Amino acid sequence: MTVDDIIKEVNGIFIDVLDTDAIVLKYETTAKDIEEWDSLTHVQLVVAIEKHFKIRFKSSEIQGYKNVGEMCEGILKYAGK
Amino acid sequence: MFDFNHLKKNLKKDFSGHKKARLAVLGDSATQLLVQAIRGYGYEVEMDFEIFEADYDQIEMQIFDTSSEVYSFKPDYVVIFQSTQKLMKSFYKLPAAERAGFADAHLDKVRSMYDTIASKLKCRVIYFNFAMIDDAVFGNFANKVGFSFTYQLRKINFELMNLAQRLKNLFINDIESLACRYGTDTVNDMSIYVNTDIVFSLDFMPAVAKNIADIILAISGKLKKCAILDLDNTLWGGIIGDDGMENIQLGDLGIGKAFTEFQLWLKELKKRGILLAVCSKNTEEIAREPFEKHPDMVLRMEDISIFVANWDNKADNIRRIQAVLNIGFDSMVFIDDNPVEREMVRTHVKDVTVPDLPEDPAEYVGFLRSLNLFETASYSEEDETRTEQYQQEAKRKVAQEVFTNEDDFLRNLNMTAGVSPFNRFNTPRVSQLTQRSNQFNLRTVRYTEDDIARIASSGDYAHMAFSLKDRFGDYGLISVIILQKREDALFIDTWIMSCRVLKRGMEIFTLNEIVRTARGLGFKRIIGEYLPTPKNGLVKNHYADLGFTVTGGLWLLDVDSYADRENFIGPEGPAS
Repeated sequence: MTVDDIIKEVNGIFIDVLDTDAIVLKYETTAKDIEEWDSLTHVQLVVAIEKHFKIRFKSSEIQGYKNVGEMCEGILKYAGK
Repeated sequence: MFDFNHLKKNLKKDFSGHKKARLAVLGDSATQLLVQAIRGYGYEVEMDFEIFEADYDQIEMQIFDTSSEVYSFKPDYVVIFQSTQKLMKSFYKLPAAERAGFADAHLDKVRSMYDTIASKLKCRVIYFNFAMIDDAVFGNFANKVGFSFTYQLRKINFELMNLAQRLKNLFINDIESLACRYGTDTVNDMSIYVNTDIVFSLDFMPAVAKNIADIILAISGKLKKCAILDLDNTLWGGIIGDDGMENIQLGDLGIGKAFTEFQLWLKELKKRGILLAVCSKNTEEIAREPFEKHPDMVLRMEDISIFVANWDNKADNIRRIQAVLNIGFDSMVFIDDNPVEREMVRTHVKDVTVPDLPEDPAEYVGFLRSLNLFETASYSEEDETRTEQYQQEAKRKVAQEVFTNEDDFLRNLNMTAGVSPFNRFNTPRVSQLTQRSNQFNLRTVRYTEDDIARIASSGDYAHMAFSLKDRFGDYGLISVIILQKREDALFIDTWIMSCRVLKRGMEIFTLNEIVRTARGLGFKRIIGEYLPTPKNGLVKNHYADLGFTVTGGLWLLDVDSYADRENFIGPEGPAS
């Protein structure tokens, strides 16, 4: 699995959690680019991603990722392969 | 249980037509997601919760400043959520010498919050008790140390129960029990807590929201009154028609213990006032046999208010049960191990609650308990005898068939009614009738026991509680009248009657008493009002039928020209 594969899967999670079809995630996408992505929905996204990939982020990582790409690198690191 | 995302998506749905309730939610942690969960869960139970969410950690600021937003919002419910995490921090700040008094000081604070709210608002307070955190400072030895956090935390939860028994408008959201069911690891998500100060995990949030909704629904009179039970493989293991009475699994036989424990639970529900009905595809005599003869049956015929065993489809049978019990389909729970029967009932009798029982009977009780189907907002001693009352009703139905003339039937019942003002003995039942009656209820004003006590001691009202007996038995307290003394007329604020005494002439007896009261107080006019709800269509023509005339939406009765109307109910001594 590559970061791009992860971004595609995460895109689906974003569409589900944020309840809008109009999301196309790129490596450099940040919360500023998506209206529905605020600190509250961020919590939901983190939980949904953790469940989907069966991973746990470290507390320090949750607010630390600068963009979608970095977060997906993190997912790749835990989910492996 | 719905997951959080599901509840969140509900927020975009159409709430029109749902019953409204106003909630002020105050927390000492971040409560935005909890508020979303509460409103989203409301959609599932047809409630439109309008929620004011106080700013972060402003509980005392908002409550003790009576000019704050909480008060101007005029909530029906003030929901207060203090977390164990914050409680622990304030406990740790205390010097050792003051820790033994920590619980008492906290309870004083809760009490004064309640008193302040109650002094300004006519509303209920829902207070969260505390999920346990074992801080492992003393280990198990904490149980032997009065100033340990464990001891003080448990004391708070225990004393909150006592406080709620004294303060009728204080309701406890039992987080401690809920947390026990879900387990600490599900209750909290520590990394989210550390990052955002949201205490409960997203997986636990819907359960908390449901608990709050359960309390509010029960207070609003939306509650379950009856469990309809299948027999084979539901109340006992095996098929009575094939296996015979000796071979059904109960007690020590096979997995009989699972069914015995299930029956023990049902029996407790029955004692609390939940009606039990049987609905089984069986030959009636065979189906009754275990109830009459099996030594390990916990439930007996006298526990069952109506017993239906035949080969008709269950949807029709449930309609029959409904016709006899005369309660709403939405107050019934249908319990059957067979998924086909469940689907059939679900499709054809809307509004009946049909839980999807687990396949293993060992899990029946635990699963049904986890649904908290039988939340209530009041309890009176009359609840215990309700089954008996419905059985008497079944006998009356048989007697009625003997008489072709309605008047002869009524005369033959030898009815006597008691009238009593509200007093401390009948207050719980009076309040309960105002909260539970939906059909014969002219204005559907709900009163707590505190409200009733206030009305009883106020000079502005006249009030009556009616009880009725006949030769088949005692109906107990079945009608409530609250009359407001207005300047030029006596206004019927509340007229409620139990549907069990419909068509007995009780409303005529009651009207005669109301007029007598009006005369005694020197009023010339009585004013009645009908406020329609989806459920009280039964009394749409109530005042017209009783000879009131309508003017501008209100119903008037002239006291001087009223002559006592005939009925077949005789007077008796004061109601107990």
